[in-house]
Amino acid sequence: MAPRHNGQGHHRVISHRTFVWLCLLPLAVITAAFFLLPMARLVVTGAEGPQGLASYLAVLVEPRYRATLINTVLLAAATTVVTLIVATVAGMFLQRHRFPGRSVLIAMLTFPLAFPGVVVGFMIILLAGRQGLIGDVSSRLLGERIVFAYSIYGLFLGYLYFSIPRVILTIMAAVQKLDKGLEEAARSLGASPWAVQRDVVLPALAPAFVASGAIAFATAMGAFGTAFTLATNIDVLPMLIYTEFTLAANFATSAALSVGLGLITWFILALARSFSGGAVAAAG
Amino acid sequence: MRDRLIFASQLAFTLLVAAFLVVPAGLSIAAGVTVNYFQGIRSGVTLQWVAQVWELYAGTIALSFLIALATLAVTLLAGVPAAYALHVRGGRLSRAVEELITLPLAIPGLAIALALLLTYGGFSEFRRSWLFILVGHVVFTMPFMVRSVMAVFATVDIRTLDEGAASLGASPWRRFRDVIVPNAVPGILAGSLMVVTLSLGEFNLTWMLHTPLTKTLPIGLADSYASMRLEVASAYTLIFFIMIIPLLVAMQMFADREQAR
Amino acid sequence: MNAAAGHGVSVLVENCGKTFADGTRALEPASLDIARGETLVLLGPSGCGKTTMLRIIAGLELPDPGGKVLFDGKDMTAVPIERRNVGMVFQSYALFPNMSVADNIGYGLKIRGVKKDERTARVAELVALTNISGLESRRVDQLSGGQRQRVALARAVAIRPGILLLDEPLTALDAALRERLRGELNRLLRALGITTIYVTHDQAEAMELGDRIVVMRKGAIAQIGSPREIYFTPQDRFVAEFIGAANIIEAPIENGHLLLPGGRQPIGGNVSRPGAIAMIRPETIGIVSPACAPLSGTIDSVSFVGDRQRVIVSGAASRPLTVDAPNAIRAELGERVGLSIAADAVRLLPPDN
Repeated sequence: MAPRHNGQGHHRVISHRTFVWLCLLPLAVITAAFFLLPMARLVVTGAEGPQGLASYLAVLVEPRYRATLINTVLLAAATTVVTLIVATVAGMFLQRHRFPGRSVLIAMLTFPLAFPGVVVGFMIILLAGRQGLIGDVSSRLLGERIVFAYSIYGLFLGYLYFSIPRVILTIMAAVQKLDKGLEEAARSLGASPWAVQRDVVLPALAPAFVASGAIAFATAMGAFGTAFTLATNIDVLPMLIYTEFTLAANFATSAALSVGLGLITWFILALARSFSGGAVAAAG
Repeated sequence: MRDRLIFASQLAFTLLVAAFLVVPAGLSIAAGVTVNYFQGIRSGVTLQWVAQVWELYAGTIALSFLIALATLAVTLLAGVPAAYALHVRGGRLSRAVEELITLPLAIPGLAIALALLLTYGGFSEFRRSWLFILVGHVVFTMPFMVRSVMAVFATVDIRTLDEGAASLGASPWRRFRDVIVPNAVPGILAGSLMVVTLSLGEFNLTWMLHTPLTKTLPIGLADSYASMRLEVASAYTLIFFIMIIPLLVAMQMFADREQAR
Repeated sequence: MNAAAGHGVSVLVENCGKTFADGTRALEPASLDIARGETLVLLGPSGCGKTTMLRIIAGLELPDPGGKVLFDGKDMTAVPIERRNVGMVFQSYALFPNMSVADNIGYGLKIRGVKKDERTARVAELVALTNISGLESRRVDQLSGGQRQRVALARAVAIRPGILLLDEPLTALDAALRERLRGELNRLLRALGITTIYVTHDQAEAMELGDRIVVMRKGAIAQIGSPREIYFTPQDRFVAEFIGAANIIEAPIENGHLLLPGGRQPIGGNVSRPGAIAMIRPETIGIVSPACAPLSGTIDSVSFVGDRQRVIVSGAASRPLTVDAPNAIRAELGERVGLSIAADAVRLLPPDN
């Protein structure tokens, strides 16, 4: 029986291929106009300054910029290391033990997950600012009010604040996938609990460390909101870019610096992806 | 005995870390409803700060919602069909396009904002409207929507369903409407939650793109942290928590449900 | 096959091959002539190109340039699947999870603009035909494998297609269910009488369901014929071993006899093929006393299979022979037996190259 009509009515039938291209069109237009074009412009602007293309190397060559870069890298590295340690101890503990209140504890550790950098900055002010909790406690115990929110130590604490929730989740997921049989085998061969951790568990977690560590590092490198809230004179790369652009109107320099920063974070995240194969993103 | 000691010390450590994260948030919520932060809870509980925040920033909060919903609309209209197209085409071209779309996530928001300013800053009408901020939000949140929908497509074998509907005579558009979209709903929902949450909380991009007349909630927060008294800043943060935590909880529940499946 | 009662279209495939974008040659150019109402089975191991051929006929793949597909003489090569009016059952069934069983079955009708009353009636007709009454409002994930298979079939048949295409429809089911559904499927296909192309790797399915079988291997057609033709006169070793069990014997031929370690075996038919190898089906070998046959050997093992005994006899040929003996025959381990084989049960095949 021939079909009465094939359901397309009087419309012209478009082929599947055409339809698929049409589906991509809106996104293609948006990406081209609002991402590719601006990024290209950024790269070009970076080379428009008095030093031309050499301004791209300014990050490494000019002492002021180099100092900022080193500062930023050290801060990001410190954040990564401390976060990994904290997240591993807490994450393994939570994943391996069941006790009443466990899920509440997990919720407490992960709720700041999507906080914007500004809010994290405020949290640090409440802890270590001029009217902060730590200042209160220290003035009562030591007679001196300790205030460090507006320094690089405050920033460090802020970076910890938004890195720990993310990394804990990743570590917990990785610990869950560990094969307990390997640990039992090590114990049957006489290994002490510490040796089991050192020789079996930590090596097995290494890919998770690399992946989540890279994300934490890249996020810390590019974080702006937290530094902005705490003070405008902390010497990290995002703040430098901001001040060059808005206060000094050094478009070329700030463009070159942002392209450099973008390349560094992209590279580190690409590295992370090759280890984790999953979704990675920077924020902060 | 040693085991119990280890357990206790690990528990203490974890509690300390949890306290580090939770206590300031708790302080902030408390400060937002206390008459005087210095005197603490003894000075009384009040909603005056919340009311003051509302008076000062209601417009800002409304704009944040407007932008978040507009961002959602754009990411849905552009992202869902694109996710379908990328999944169905497969191959190296699609993977390259996927990489390209995910680039905004790897580049700091600051850099993207600078790029947008340099390119479109000259169009003053556009520059001064909230559409400028919308553009930044769309670029930043689009990858989440696309990836979320593509993840669902991978589990449901959408390609065979598509072929099945085609074998029954359905045109590409008909198939998209009757079969593709209904089966992508979990991914669309998860992506939508993500897009709205990210848009409401976005600061890095928005700070560079905003004007005094187009401020969003996080911008207002930064303002209040810098210039308002602690109680007002805390009340504002409290409002932000009230808006964002239900969304985060919903996302977590969604993720758990998907994992349990 | 009753050509007079056949429905649907006749299909002509001319020189259709398929090379994929990454260079793999899934199908060598091949031609098929399928009569209206015929059930043609594409049979072969995985990777032989049978599914590719099916998808070309369906309109899901384009053949390499030079290939043509014609329905009732009309060139359909460039026509996409939506407009070929085919009914396709996919290996994974492709039932729409967002629709109920009734909506799934009626989807093709809805696309064609059939009115709701008529649609409901037709769906009811098919539900009865495929034995799934009571499941109309269920969702897909509430159905068992066998039920899903029937819904997929009902959906494909509802639109009264010109040709029915089935891609390994029973492979996803367990063995017992498969055998039962095979019989049902056969009855249904006979009743419908639509031109059908059926893809499978299971030779029992092929034999039971097919009017003709196309045996395929590594992208090319090895042999086309009716089940009997393929079984009794396979054209090469691959076909012989793929369809049913076969004893393959490589031995010198002299004076119309096979020269074997255990004796001599007469060969019927044309014996003048140099280097030929011989094929003998297990059920054609009779177990008799050693004195009564020119060929003899020793029983190595006896397995009771249910409806017969599978006996392995060594010493008769250079490799052990598999013999299917009726249960009545007494066969004991180590016993010396004679093997009685009719001359025309020995088929000569071209040598392996």
